[in-house]
Amino acid sequence: MSVDLTWDLVADVRQLLSYHFMLNALRAGTIVAVVCGAIGYFMVLRRQSFVGHTLAVIGFPGAAGAIWLGVSSGFGYYGFCIAGALVIAALPGGGRAGSGLGGAGEESAVVGTVQGFALACGFLFVSLYKGFLSGLNNLLFGTITGVADHQVITLLIAGVLCLAVLVAIARPLLFVSVDPDVARASGVPVRLVGTVYLVLLGTAAAGASQITGSLLVFALLVAPAATASRLTARPYLGLGLSVLIAVLVTWLGEAFAFFSPYPIGFWVTTLAFGAYLLATGYGLLRERLGRRLVTA
Amino acid sequence: MSDPITGLAHMLGQPFIQHALVAGTSIALLSGLVGYFVVLRGQVFAGDALSHVAYAGALAALAAGVDLRFGLFAATIAVGLVLGLLGGRRAADDVVIGTAFAWVLGLGVFFLAIYTTHSATGNSAANVNVLFGSILGISASAASTAAWIAVGLIALLLVLARPLLFASLDPDVARASGVPVRLLGPLFLAIVGATAAEASQAIGALLLFGLLAAPPAAAQRLTDRPWRGFVLSGLLSVLCLWIGVCVAYAAPKLPVSFTIMTTSTVLYAGVVLVTTVRWPAFSRRGGAARP
Amino acid sequence: MSAVLELDRAAVAVAGRTIWSGVSLQVQAGEFVAILGPNGVGKSTLLKAVLGLTPLSGGAMTVLGDRPGHVNGRIGYLPQRRAFDPNTRVRGVDIVRLGLDGDRWGVPLPGRLAGSAGRRARERVEEVIALVGAGAYAGRPIGQCSGGEQQRLLIAQALIRGPELLVLDEPLDSLDVTNQASVSALIRDVCRSQNVAVLLVAHDVNPILPYLDQVIYLAHGGAVMGPPEEVITADTLTMLYGTPIDVLRDRAGRLVVVGQPDAHAEHR
Repeated sequence: MSVDLTWDLVADVRQLLSYHFMLNALRAGTIVAVVCGAIGYFMVLRRQSFVGHTLAVIGFPGAAGAIWLGVSSGFGYYGFCIAGALVIAALPGGGRAGSGLGGAGEESAVVGTVQGFALACGFLFVSLYKGFLSGLNNLLFGTITGVADHQVITLLIAGVLCLAVLVAIARPLLFVSVDPDVARASGVPVRLVGTVYLVLLGTAAAGASQITGSLLVFALLVAPAATASRLTARPYLGLGLSVLIAVLVTWLGEAFAFFSPYPIGFWVTTLAFGAYLLATGYGLLRERLGRRLVTA
Repeated sequence: MSDPITGLAHMLGQPFIQHALVAGTSIALLSGLVGYFVVLRGQVFAGDALSHVAYAGALAALAAGVDLRFGLFAATIAVGLVLGLLGGRRAADDVVIGTAFAWVLGLGVFFLAIYTTHSATGNSAANVNVLFGSILGISASAASTAAWIAVGLIALLLVLARPLLFASLDPDVARASGVPVRLLGPLFLAIVGATAAEASQAIGALLLFGLLAAPPAAAQRLTDRPWRGFVLSGLLSVLCLWIGVCVAYAAPKLPVSFTIMTTSTVLYAGVVLVTTVRWPAFSRRGGAARP
Repeated sequence: MSAVLELDRAAVAVAGRTIWSGVSLQVQAGEFVAILGPNGVGKSTLLKAVLGLTPLSGGAMTVLGDRPGHVNGRIGYLPQRRAFDPNTRVRGVDIVRLGLDGDRWGVPLPGRLAGSAGRRARERVEEVIALVGAGAYAGRPIGQCSGGEQQRLLIAQALIRGPELLVLDEPLDSLDVTNQASVSALIRDVCRSQNVAVLLVAHDVNPILPYLDQVIYLAHGGAVMGPPEEVITADTLTMLYGTPIDVLRDRAGRLVVVGQPDAHAEHR
């Protein structure tokens, strides 16, 4: 593949879109980014970053196991991530917002143990399937060249389902995430909503793993949402911003990966982190200006 | 190996097993002891982040062509200090940790790309070793270095242990009675970082939890007494490593990191089962004060 | 009798904003003193200043004849807090013991190895636990104790070094009425039997009102101090809080404050 960056934007974009695999990567990336941006926003709100990271990582043994058994890696991703979500939801307090952090040391230790065990299983599958060690990096860190047409369709179906369910539970989920006790008192099934949300998170992580790799999904889940919540305190505006940032970061990341020798995982995480730093800086600046206005 | 005793003697005669046990025992003891405080302070996520930092640090060192351990320790200790300073008394915000460590991992991938394209001997074996560990392949000199560093870190932790316990359980009162709470937080996370760097050499950056989270969680279920739990956590961690190494030796198809991680997961699950079933008996016994 | 605590025109500023200033008062040994006032007037800040955790921005303060922060070994402190996490699997006795030697580097030696010093420490722990009447649940994980039980254990922790001054930040908050009464009585007993001066921040004055020697009212950036009969009057309270408050006497002649002083937090 001979790719030259001409610095002519139109020519570059045309060059990018002339490859079928790039088109697929962009389609898949857009779906994944929209889903991760939306689901990640609630993950940040519910302070479930650690659980999100663990679910993302669980996709790795799933994919490795599926390849070892000779079936499509998609089955492995979705199967393991959703099963992992159900296991974590079944842990005492697992479906609760804020689990995996704070004083509840043992809960997060359990989630951590699940994560370590999942990764160890993935490593086992990889070593049992000898010839495949070179594919390990793709599983962990993603590739833009590997998205097939049928994968895009699967991603689309899973993504639409995810968003539909998320829209259905959005309001009670917001309520439960912000104020679980009051929500319970007003008749919201807190445990059920938490479990459904974790399954959504698992599905989103499984889809994104196929593009960015298991270890870097988390960047797409947490960074756009964290950036959005720095910029605004309005929940639905934040949700939209989070999706927007995720899509932008993914498009740019894929384009940069296309024109540079460095992998997509590096670009997506770096852009996402850059956006977060900018938002943090903007927030601090605004705060300082605001204080000056008040004191003046 | 029909006779287990002969098999064991044969196994212990192997130099690579000796090195693995020397390095592994000290690293496991360190991880278990540090892990007790990590779980007590609710900083498992920070530990997770530091294990990923270890990966990025090691690959940066590989890409730069310096000793891998230099990158490991420099990166983890520095990030541990920063996390501690950012968070003040408690762990830094999980969103901050998550966003930052996702990026650090991306940097790791960046260094991996540089390493594999620019290094003449470019192979992914070193990458896999950092990710998933290679305790059975550790050299004699690396084993003794790892053991001495672990001993030093354990000594440091023992010195800090009591004020650290106080600051973890009761930061306000600890501060009022003169414990340097602000200093202990970053210092402890630096120790966690160094532990992650140590453990990366044994069971790999990604599998750190095998020794950092599962044994302490099991120990905290088994006893309410902090010092007993502290020691127990270290011992359980060592036990997991020994069993894991033995199983991996007996079944060479299984990677040793997998057997260690599986042992600790099974151990924790077993402890949960036992303590849950015997729960009524426990609460009766714990009724009276026995200081 | 010497003053345990003496403030002379003291002032405190947090982040450039003066919380209170010109506060002069004296607390004698063995006195039971309550600090009252609306939210946000710096009641907790006063306690932190006593402990040397918040520096004075003006005036002078003497604690146990020394500068604040230098004598914290002789002060028992109970910070304002919410309950321990239910998953904290550390026993109450261990929490109490930390009050005795938690600031010393290293780990305590186990059991017999610790020798006579270890035995004395264990006896002292048992002694204070018996003093606060927490023997029945001190062996349980602290997270599984009720709010009242946790509060008694924490008071035991504050008492373990035999302090001359107890500094308690809202120890009655989040307790039910029965526990409020019994914990107040406990603090009074400790105050009288050990001759410990008590400085207590309270939201609701009624449970402790019968035991008080002095009252410090913080409001409008300053403080008023005096015996309860003088300070706790309808006129003073109404003036301090800026909202109508009545002080009644019940049949036993005890004072009762009516009208919720804290319902209208003062935002400045």
